Amino acid sequence: MATTATLHSHAPQGFIRKYIFSLDHKVIGLQYFFLALTAVWVGMFLSLLMRIHLVWPTASLPLVGEIKPEMYLSLLTMHGTIMVFFVLTTAPQGGFGNYVLPIQIGAPDMAFPVLNMLSFWTTFVGFVVILAAFFVSGGAPLHGWTGYPPLSAVQSAGPGEGLGADLWITSIAIFCAASLMGALNFITTTLDLRAKGMTLMRMPLTVWSWFITAILGLLAFGVLLSAGILLLMDRNLGTSFYVPLIVVNGQIMGHKGGSPLLWQHLFWFFGHPEVYIAILPGMGVTSQVLSTFSRKPIFGYKAMVYAMLSIGFLGFMVWGHHMFMSGMSPYSAFAFSLLTMCIGVPSAIKTFNWLGTMWKGRIRFYTPMLFAIGFVSLFVSGGLSGPFLAQPVLDIQLHDTYFVVGHFHLIMGVAAIFGIFAATYYWFPKMFGRMMNESWGKAHFWLTFIGTYAIFMPMHYLGMAGGTRRYSQYTEVAYLQRLMPIHTFMTYAAIITIASQFIFVINLFWSMFKGPKASDNPWESTTLEWTTATPPPHDNFGGRTPVVKHGPYEYGVPGAAKDFIMQTDPATTPAH
Amino acid sequence: MGFALLVIIWLITFGSAYFFIAKTWWLPVGASAAAHWIDGQFTLTYVLMGIVFFAAQLSLGYIVWKYRERPSSGPVEYSHGNTTLEVVWTILTAVLFIGLNLMGSSVWASQRFDPAQPGAVPVEVTGMQFAWYFRYPGLDGKYGATNATLMDPSAGGEAAVGLDPSDPAAKDDVVTGTMFLPVNREVDLSIRSVDVIHSFFVPSLRFKQDAVPGLNIHMHFTPNQIGDYEIACAELCGLGHYKMHGIVKVVSQEDFDRWLAAREAEKQ
Amino acid sequence: MATFIPSGPVTHEQLGHGGGVTEPPVRGGGDEGQGDEGSDYVGRLRRARLGVAVAIAAVVMIFVSLTSAYIVRQGLPTFDSPSSSYVRDWGEVSLPLALLIMNTAVLLISSVTMEGARRSITRQSALAPVTSIPGVSLGEERRFPWLGLTVVLGIGFLAGQFLAWSELRRRGFFIPTNPNSSFVYLFTGVHAVHLAGGVLALLWAGMTSLLDKPIESRRIVIDVTAWYWHFMALLWVYVFALLEFAR
Repeated sequence: MATTATLHSHAPQGFIRKYIFSLDHKVIGLQYFFLALTAVWVGMFLSLLMRIHLVWPTASLPLVGEIKPEMYLSLLTMHGTIMVFFVLTTAPQGGFGNYVLPIQIGAPDMAFPVLNMLSFWTTFVGFVVILAAFFVSGGAPLHGWTGYPPLSAVQSAGPGEGLGADLWITSIAIFCAASLMGALNFITTTLDLRAKGMTLMRMPLTVWSWFITAILGLLAFGVLLSAGILLLMDRNLGTSFYVPLIVVNGQIMGHKGGSPLLWQHLFWFFGHPEVYIAILPGMGVTSQVLSTFSRKPIFGYKAMVYAMLSIGFLGFMVWGHHMFMSGMSPYSAFAFSLLTMCIGVPSAIKTFNWLGTMWKGRIRFYTPMLFAIGFVSLFVSGGLSGPFLAQPVLDIQLHDTYFVVGHFHLIMGVAAIFGIFAATYYWFPKMFGRMMNESWGKAHFWLTFIGTYAIFMPMHYLGMAGGTRRYSQYTEVAYLQRLMPIHTFMTYAAIITIASQFIFVINLFWSMFKGPKASDNPWESTTLEWTTATPPPHDNFGGRTPVVKHGPYEYGVPGAAKDFIMQTDPATTPAH
Repeated sequence: MGFALLVIIWLITFGSAYFFIAKTWWLPVGASAAAHWIDGQFTLTYVLMGIVFFAAQLSLGYIVWKYRERPSSGPVEYSHGNTTLEVVWTILTAVLFIGLNLMGSSVWASQRFDPAQPGAVPVEVTGMQFAWYFRYPGLDGKYGATNATLMDPSAGGEAAVGLDPSDPAAKDDVVTGTMFLPVNREVDLSIRSVDVIHSFFVPSLRFKQDAVPGLNIHMHFTPNQIGDYEIACAELCGLGHYKMHGIVKVVSQEDFDRWLAAREAEKQ
Repeated sequence: MATFIPSGPVTHEQLGHGGGVTEPPVRGGGDEGQGDEGSDYVGRLRRARLGVAVAIAAVVMIFVSLTSAYIVRQGLPTFDSPSSSYVRDWGEVSLPLALLIMNTAVLLISSVTMEGARRSITRQSALAPVTSIPGVSLGEERRFPWLGLTVVLGIGFLAGQFLAWSELRRRGFFIPTNPNSSFVYLFTGVHAVHLAGGVLALLWAGMTSLLDKPIESRRIVIDVTAWYWHFMALLWVYVFALLEFAR
């Protein structure tokens, strides 16, 4: 807080103040971005090991040797946890939200820069702690990213359930604290630091999406934090919140009367909003990019805002749809199912409006646009398996099969990642002052788009046929053996897709230093970040305070001099 | 570029749909009474979602090709949207999704709201790392008491579920590692777990229910085809999760009675 | 939908950061009276208050989830296989009531002194521009040490809670004794951690008064900590009531 006063003074000098413990939201945004980039490579490497093990179970791999079943489960646990928390939550919100939101609302920085820095470094510590789980005795936990007790609550339930599991929970608790700090900052910034004229209904949809995501995070992460504390107590202090009387390997554990379902309720009360925390910023970026590159105003701006608000609101009332087979009351399943179906409505509105935005536009196929179009396609494909899983009666067959894995990977995994890619290609010029290479970008898009469909679409077939998830091998059950060709296909697709990500990384780092210089507004976009210098000065607007006179997406206005009117352009009389 | 997108998006759409329509990999043959209803609801959902999938993906491909920027492109249509269209679309999707849900819920109600009919075959299913045990209450129709202090998984069978031999009701209880069921009779399941959460999943019988320690969950289903059906654990339960499987043998009533009598005889 | 002219009154516009920019600040001039350098304080105070309100919402969610766990754990029976029936285990805890009532009184009094500290610093910061003019003196006002008293009472409450835990242990109730006692330690512990955060904020505010920081900075810290402190007092009354009456 104490530093708000220095906002308008000169940027801090010295490497440490400038790049390590920086208070500048732009530097912190980049720190988050590179943290997520590191995490995504770790997570992707783990998934590669998993895919290889599924098809060649006895293969001896470099670095890790032969993968045992328990190690496979550690890989999937760490893959899920790292991807959900340190990639899908960190990159879109911590990374791009931090970098772009203050500029897009015309603020010189976040409301609480010190808190912002603390939030990043707390996240960083969380990441180090979770990686440490690999190196302690017993290794990383094997209870999956959902960590259902008693498996996650009892040391003797499996390898990795010792110190590894404690580190896993601790890391998540640290991450929760960091996310709460971040959410607080985002909400306060959006409510209090908007420039003159930036009414709520003039905020770019990206700002809306970060704002709603922050509210979801604020309400959800506290619940996960409490759930984690209870789990830690069950593990280390002998309490019985989650663990009833159980007998593991013939040994009676010292617990009594706890409820394993209590964890599931608390976890999914966080877990379902978390899905939207991952995907909402992607929706915002897609809207922004589609409008910009179609040279058309967003179709149904208000409907988009209300759709995101209702998705956020409904997202808190559907957690039970993860628990249809858990032994929860079948009557509550009925209610959860109905509410879940209701979320389909705002999602359909968004899809419809994205198509409407491109309809009769003049589409320019720059790389960010390709990824935004890919996002829409994946959002549709991943979304439409939702109404299957939302029906408890179909979950009798589909729950905990690869159908679910395919569903959530398409929608909250790949679609969200496409949102991150679109954001990277779109804001890269602003962030680094240089352009990324378009040809490499397009190659990256095509390989990733086709590749991810090739990985995740077959999972639906696998799931319909009863292919259970979290199996390290499909060799023990006869009907599963017959499904192995699908696994083989997916593994090859995964290898190609993962290989093509090198194109992205090389393009990213090469362009950072060697790319052609970017102008202030290379995409002819309208929002505030494109009114300032590239890259933006320390206080974002070089001492100016922008005044907003237009809505965020004024493209193709009849009678205007150019085909876009920036938000700060002088108010002109309408032509019609 | 617009044309390439159209081609690829359409190819992905048709390619993905091909394997659904050709039923290359499909739900396994349904061998229980509920299978007909569940598969019916599945097919209905699949047809409706398939139509939406085609409509959305094909129009996405078409729009990006049709409205690509060309030298000849005219000005874009300056529009902030159309409220009437928006409302119509919202109502349509709401009717579709909520209607679909209500249609499925009657099947769910028949499966889970009511208890098993009188006269159903009682079987207790116990999951433990990493095996399934099945207990039949015997002639007295009563399960004997079990006790955690008596559980010995390495011994298997009765000792594994901790059957208390001092309880008179336990005398005729039969514990097996393979589940035998008579065809066309309802089964009254009690599903339990002794250690972590497991899930009793028999794809061909369209049955799945988590086995949760601390709960004794009553469920029912009716197998209607003789045959052997595989059980696969469907909830991550530890390192042996992938090999925690078993067999349900659905046999004729006579074969079932004969089998049960033989097991009872072994106990004496 | 037309977006050329701001339609209707623009109610949400905010400014208030920065002096010497092209647009004069809309708010932040007047009543609190600060010089050019400090024209941002009103905006900062408003932001800090908003921030603490949002933080309180997050803390509320933590206690809401703990409460729901409390209710669920209390009400949910588990299957007991020897008797083939569902049994509840919850257990009794005899709370050291007298001690806890005393702690409650200490915390409530500290809330009053906290309010005193908040009002005192508000007054001081309003007078600051006048007193900072050389030669002007409003007389050496003997200030009541509201802040120090609050810190002492806050630490006293924490010590009292520690005594309560010792007393619980003396009576044979440890964390794993029964679910009820687990929750007693959990709720009081989580509340104590949050209150300790408030104490640290006050200590920091006290320290800034020793450093050469403008009074407005200290005022902001004390003001938002006061709101947080009142919330903590309220939260403790809730926790106490929950543990005593809903067991």
